[in-house]
Amino acid sequence: MPTGSDVVNVVIAGLGGQGVIKASDILAEVAFRAGHDVKKSELHGMSQRGGSVSSDVRFGNKVWSPMVPFGCADYLVVLSSDQLEVNRHMLKKNGVTLPAELVDASRLGSPRCINVALLGALSTHLEFTEDLWNAAIRSGFPEKLHEMNIMAFQLGRMSTKTAQ
Amino acid sequence: MALAMTSAGITLGTGYPGTPSTEILENFSARGGRAQWSPNEKVAFEVALGAAYGGARSVVTMKHVGVNVAADPLFTAAYTGVPAALILISADDPGMASSQNEQDNRHYAVAAGVPMIEPSDSQEAHDFFLHAVAVSERWHIPVLFRMTTRVCHSKTIVTTGLKQEPETPAPPAYTRSIRERVMIPAYARPAHRRLRQKLAEIAESNEGSPLNTRTDGVRTLGIISSGIAAMHVREVAPDASFLKLGTTYPLPMGIIRGFAESVDRCVVVEEGDPYLTDSIRAAGVHVDAKPDMYRFGELNVGRVRRILANDTSPEEPVPSGKPPQLCRGCPHRVVFEAFRDLGCIVAGDIGCYTLGVLPPFEAMDTCVSMGASITVGLGLRQVLPREQAVKVVSVIGDSTFAHSGLSGLVEMVYNPPATGHVVVIVDNGTTAMTGQQEHPGTGRTLDHEPTGKLVFEDIARAMGIKEVHVIDPLKEEGEFARLLAGTLAKEQPAVLITRRPCLLAAGKIRAYEQRDLQQKEACDANGK
Repeated sequence: MPTGSDVVNVVIAGLGGQGVIKASDILAEVAFRAGHDVKKSELHGMSQRGGSVSSDVRFGNKVWSPMVPFGCADYLVVLSSDQLEVNRHMLKKNGVTLPAELVDASRLGSPRCINVALLGALSTHLEFTEDLWNAAIRSGFPEKLHEMNIMAFQLGRMSTKTAQ
Repeated sequence: MALAMTSAGITLGTGYPGTPSTEILENFSARGGRAQWSPNEKVAFEVALGAAYGGARSVVTMKHVGVNVAADPLFTAAYTGVPAALILISADDPGMASSQNEQDNRHYAVAAGVPMIEPSDSQEAHDFFLHAVAVSERWHIPVLFRMTTRVCHSKTIVTTGLKQEPETPAPPAYTRSIRERVMIPAYARPAHRRLRQKLAEIAESNEGSPLNTRTDGVRTLGIISSGIAAMHVREVAPDASFLKLGTTYPLPMGIIRGFAESVDRCVVVEEGDPYLTDSIRAAGVHVDAKPDMYRFGELNVGRVRRILANDTSPEEPVPSGKPPQLCRGCPHRVVFEAFRDLGCIVAGDIGCYTLGVLPPFEAMDTCVSMGASITVGLGLRQVLPREQAVKVVSVIGDSTFAHSGLSGLVEMVYNPPATGHVVVIVDNGTTAMTGQQEHPGTGRTLDHEPTGKLVFEDIARAMGIKEVHVIDPLKEEGEFARLLAGTLAKEQPAVLITRRPCLLAAGKIRAYEQRDLQQKEACDANGK
């Protein structure tokens, strides 16, 4: 079965330590729980030294390659504004960019929650229920971080609504 | 991998950290498996080999360049064979996301004469591993399980419980078998013949292996592929006929020949060297190969599309992201500042401190392989004119020193250059580069429990090196630079150790140390 046009491609980009991989793990978990085939892949190694990190998540009926082809990303989530230009080639025509500026960072419980807040912004474009997102966020963090991240998710979800 | 190792009853997992292989042993340990870091890959391989000789199913993990270190025992272990499964997991890094070269370890299977199995996603990593254990035990031979970055650092859905798991292994016990395991020439000659016989049988068996799958599509185009490249291929050419190989040594040449003859045009799409292409062509089967430009870097959907179109026009450069930097708060930055300011010729090594090569330091002149800082530095000192020789220093991290630095120190004592030499060990108390793994110098095991500890300064002194200094690089501004300048002027073999924990690991290290101290105090109070 070919990768059908139903496959949704998301690229999450940022700098080492910003939670790029955690965000892509949560998104993949949501897609998995929703019954999709899902694949994710990333490059990391020296990235902990503050270099660029990006992670690809693809979901749909059947996914083959775990890497989003250049120019095919439906959504580009950018945690650090200086990572937008170096990842723009991933975005397809009319693809949606979700930059960190969408979220009012001063209202986050911690600046480290920007990854989950941007998932909140992304969630308004995807079909998944809020319950699925909440469950995936809870499964991705220890309990003491649940409330802060759920709030960050809500903040991100609201911010795009006001932006639109 | 960790799940499959648990299911397969692996008794012992050994290895040395290296991207993209590191997480396998950590997760095996987290699942209750017995796993340990060895000082280097040769040691890890030999410990796993000993365990297999003892009748225990064993796994040894390493990155591609680690297999170079472990190659010595690997080649002869192929001769001796093993009574219980021994699986060598080699994680290759095409494109060099985090490595010094992009060598293609498929050649090792051929050179050593061990069967090779390659998965292309998480499901196959799980299922093929169980198959590898079965192959290893059926033919009593080590198996090379070859993975690559995009198979290691990707996640795909895994369904368990559908495949037949290997039988429960018998408990470890030693059975003497001198002629099989003592490789004196008289016993090694027949052992080589036995090895070739086994490989011939495995080649025959691979013709019917479920790990090789054929999908019949259009007759005009057939594609042979393996590993992650196979996934890109299926996306690019869904209508093509397709042969995906899971057993890539020995190759099932009958299946390959039959497939190639069934299509008008047969293309081999593989990442890295033209290993499949050369092997298939050598067997007299006509296939198209990728243009040589696709030998460099990893493949992806776009590049596979170009390969199938035989497109050799220049590729659009991908914007390069922000490169990693030596951490701004790294306490060991003073070492590279001093090298720069003193105009040193710096023989460097493998680790996060290799980033000392970048601005604002640019304080590294060579970086080749684990431990090479000390020995390359000595070689430079041996031949350079005096005014240059006295400026040569070697810089090596703590984990790298435990890996391959010891024999370099022996060389410095045994063949001291006329101008002496200075070795700087930057000791941040962890294997920082690969994600803060323990090593023999930390005094803690893979799962952070206290164990014996290697003390670098004691070793250096025991070897007869008189100039040995340990300093805290943050203690006093300019102190390291003064110490380095003074030591260089003495023209003696010297070891300087800068000791302060990695900024990223310091919190965890402190917690381990406090826990161990409390346990010790509790034991002392109980009079134990």
